[in-house]
Amino acid sequence: MTSQISVAPPRPRAERAAPRTKHSPLKRRISAAGWGFVLPFFIGFVLLVVVPVGYSIYLSLYRNQLIGGNHFVGFANYLQAFTDADFWSGVLRVSLFLVVQVPIMLALALICALAIDSGRLHGKSFFRIVLFLPYAVPGVVAVLMWGFMYNPRAGLTGALGHLLGFTIDPISTQWVLPAIGNIVTWEFLGYNMLIFYAALSTVPRELYEAAAIDGAGAFRTIFSVKLPALRGSIVIATIFSIIGSFQLFNEPNILRTTALGIIPTNFTPNLYAYTLSFSGNQVNYAATVAIIMSVFTAVIAYVVQLRGSRKDA
Amino acid sequence: MNTRTVLRAITLGAIAAVVGGTLVACSGGGDDTGSTSSSGSSASKLDAALKKGGEISYWTWTPQAKDQVAAFEKAYPNVKVNLVNTQGAGTSNTKVQNAISAGKGVPDVTQVEYQSLPLFQLQGDLVDLTKYGFGDLKSKYTDATWAAVSQNGGIWGLPQDSAPMALFYNKTVFDQYGISVPKTWDEYIADAKKLHQADPSKWFIDDAGDAGVATSLMWQAGGHPFKVDGTKVTIDLQDEGSKKYAQLYNTLIADGSLGTIAGWSDEWYKDLGNGTIATLLAGGWMPGVLAASAPEGKGHWAVAALPTWDGTPANAENGGSTEVIPKLSKNQDLAAAFLRWLNSDPESIKVFIKDGGFPSTVADLNDPSFIDQTNDYFGGQKIYQTIVPGAKNDVAGWSYLPWQAHANDIFADSVGKAIANKTDINKALQTWQDANVSYGKQQGFTVKAG
Amino acid sequence: MTELTRRMPQAPHRPRRSVVLTIVMALLLVYTLVPLAWLVISATKSNSDLVNTFGFAFGHFNLFANVADVFTYEGGVYGRWLINTLIYVVVGAGAATVLATLGGYGLAKYDFPGKKAVFAIILGAIAVPGTALAVPTFLLFSKVGLTNTMWAVILPSAISPFGLYLMWVFASDAIPTELMEAARVDGSGELRTFRTISLRLLVPGIVTVALFAIVATWNNYFLPLIMLNDPKLYPLTLGLQQWNAETVGVGAKPVFSLVTTGSLLAVIPIVAAFLLLQRYWQSGLSAGSVKQ
Repeated sequence: MTSQISVAPPRPRAERAAPRTKHSPLKRRISAAGWGFVLPFFIGFVLLVVVPVGYSIYLSLYRNQLIGGNHFVGFANYLQAFTDADFWSGVLRVSLFLVVQVPIMLALALICALAIDSGRLHGKSFFRIVLFLPYAVPGVVAVLMWGFMYNPRAGLTGALGHLLGFTIDPISTQWVLPAIGNIVTWEFLGYNMLIFYAALSTVPRELYEAAAIDGAGAFRTIFSVKLPALRGSIVIATIFSIIGSFQLFNEPNILRTTALGIIPTNFTPNLYAYTLSFSGNQVNYAATVAIIMSVFTAVIAYVVQLRGSRKDA
Repeated sequence: MNTRTVLRAITLGAIAAVVGGTLVACSGGGDDTGSTSSSGSSASKLDAALKKGGEISYWTWTPQAKDQVAAFEKAYPNVKVNLVNTQGAGTSNTKVQNAISAGKGVPDVTQVEYQSLPLFQLQGDLVDLTKYGFGDLKSKYTDATWAAVSQNGGIWGLPQDSAPMALFYNKTVFDQYGISVPKTWDEYIADAKKLHQADPSKWFIDDAGDAGVATSLMWQAGGHPFKVDGTKVTIDLQDEGSKKYAQLYNTLIADGSLGTIAGWSDEWYKDLGNGTIATLLAGGWMPGVLAASAPEGKGHWAVAALPTWDGTPANAENGGSTEVIPKLSKNQDLAAAFLRWLNSDPESIKVFIKDGGFPSTVADLNDPSFIDQTNDYFGGQKIYQTIVPGAKNDVAGWSYLPWQAHANDIFADSVGKAIANKTDINKALQTWQDANVSYGKQQGFTVKAG
Repeated sequence: MTELTRRMPQAPHRPRRSVVLTIVMALLLVYTLVPLAWLVISATKSNSDLVNTFGFAFGHFNLFANVADVFTYEGGVYGRWLINTLIYVVVGAGAATVLATLGGYGLAKYDFPGKKAVFAIILGAIAVPGTALAVPTFLLFSKVGLTNTMWAVILPSAISPFGLYLMWVFASDAIPTELMEAARVDGSGELRTFRTISLRLLVPGIVTVALFAIVATWNNYFLPLIMLNDPKLYPLTLGLQQWNAETVGVGAKPVFSLVTTGSLLAVIPIVAAFLLLQRYWQSGLSAGSVKQ
């Protein structure tokens, strides 16, 4: 079968020299060793992921008021969240963002990976490295750079505007979401391209030879050999991009300082939770929002994974 | 190293779980312990602390702080003050809040805007300075600023500055386009339109959604949108004063006279300096800021009284801060001694004024040498002759929301958005009102709308 | 047979190099490089030039003065931030690599009771938004008094589920079980086998995980933003944003040249690391997915 970065855990190879007795000291030692290797990560994981999640759930069931103090409110916070227009407009916004930005970015990444893999490119190593560079740039710096270029008065858009005769202000209510989408695409194009390229580079030569014997041209080879090989990595890249989109925070948060009326405090669910916690003293409600978003994200990621691997028969 | 850390975390986690419940509980309203000591002995307590010396931290964003701290350390060599620049009200409030929630890293003395003080006081985070005899200092300050630091029966800080509003305008631009200084808001609107028609690249006024300016304008227009009585709050952003502000801005927007460059940004300072923005509505602390951050405008700006609604003199404050002492401070006596010096010692106030600060002390506000000083940035104008009298005309009875800092944070969501999209400001104020009503209710206040 | 190096992906006949394709891809290159070009150009300009000249034009060359300013402004705090970032990266990303390597190895090559549960929990964790964890972690840390310390940033950075997953996939294929069993028969303990045999084979994977952990920690913004109040503990990301915020606000100072130059200086080490280590991470990403 074609090789790919699969989503399901790889099955361990058959142990040919397995010990005959079931719970031999050797087997127990191996079990213990397995736990031993995993334990450090697992302990840290429990303390730094599971416990905060648990604490978050606990917090979401309480409410700490300026007047009246802390008391148990059951699911009141969740009910409030379900009817909170500010929250859902943020959710809608990142969903819209996701539906548009992720396919565009992944399609571009795919094209780049295919182009580099095709061997028809001059200087492909150069391409590979340069396209990957933005990933190494901190988000703060990326927003800074694009923030300048988006300035319709002093920046690149301003200059383009002079040339074209009209100016679009990227940081305006209609254009701010695509503007942020552009920044995110710029940041992660190379990263996704690399995931695809790595998967492509493991396609066995025999498959290409078989395709060539069948008389397949370049494009047919892509569709019948390369794309199937990429299925698993496309699924992974999609899942990570979805998770990233739902977590959108850095870019709107930094752009906000010069665009208060354009980017409200509930622009994305994460920004909303941040404002709730650090401006509004509403930590419990923030925890509720965070949990709802986590569940939401997990469900969608799971669905994508299911759909992606079902075709994997 | 990792296992030890993990073990420590587990141990601490276990302890925390046990202690946890108490920490989560809010510490309720302010406990004012009535002071039984006479002011004489508390003053000497502070003097003793100064002599003994020690180290305290002072969080502030005032440009005058550095020189004031230097003067203090010279006068009291046994005390070291760690000055931390918190850059502005927004970040400062967040940092202080974080430190208090974390229970550590809390400053001994921190600057807080008058409008943000209630939030900290209500949560019981501040030391009541009555026990240090600060009540004796009341007569030094204007009524408005003293009222702002003494609510709910305690004294929570000493006023640092006051901020009567004024109209700052670019005289060069005015002269260039034949614009006369507006005395009423109708004249202001007309002037704005004139400038925009003459040169569309200039903005008569720039405001992307500044809650401080908005509330100050409502205040000047006689509005009382926020009424606070203990934990009972009434919010009416559709009252007469609020409507006047909304109407003013609606007109300016419709005429195309309102610029929307983000306030306090790099670009904003540049435009103030080069004459792209022609007027500024701000408090008495603005001259120092302009001189420091918009140096290009030197010699081009002038100050006039804020335009009135109907000819009767009326004014409002725009900002202004005090310094407070968080309860979690480990050096309360020394902190109180420093605070007393900072905001009531004539030496300190002298430095403050010299560096462009606008005082809250009655004596200085009435001092001819203060009032009559010329200001180079403003072309030699004696700006305080205009600004100081403004304070006398502050409309009485204004109140901020107990959670004003948060309200201001979300102001841009509704009104800022309306300005950006050129929609009705009144409707936006209604949205802001709704958000505040629901917030207040969630926080346990009894809130009435309208 | 598992190959640890990338295979040649080319079809049997070498295709012609296409100029058209190169030109089309070059457009993407321009897209990638334009912002970086702006950064480099801006870093060479002084504050007044930044404000007054067009972004892509050079002004009076001021790079060295800018760099000097960056390192001396506010008492040399940038150097402090640089050191902090290095500490966070070395300890945090280092710990993440160690934990992920050990864990991934254990999951890949060992069977033990409860393994499925561990797998499910960890996979679930990848879906939990990191930003959703930051606030409750902050609250927990504040109860234990860990906020505003370096540990507040290092500890969460040390858990990388993505790194664990990468290592798991890589280890499954990079280390033949037969080799481990041969070692067992020879009487070698599991840890010894790991140290002497497996570790060597895991190197490309380890370098990959390390690099991704380094980038993630170096560029981390949200976690330090919440956890740290004291500017002396800030990493570069937070410090640069603070300087950026200083150009705005009531006591605004024109320090934009510091922000641009400081940003450029912050980007260079990571880029260098990637360029120098590209051999490893490229094989690490691909080898982990090679199957027969």
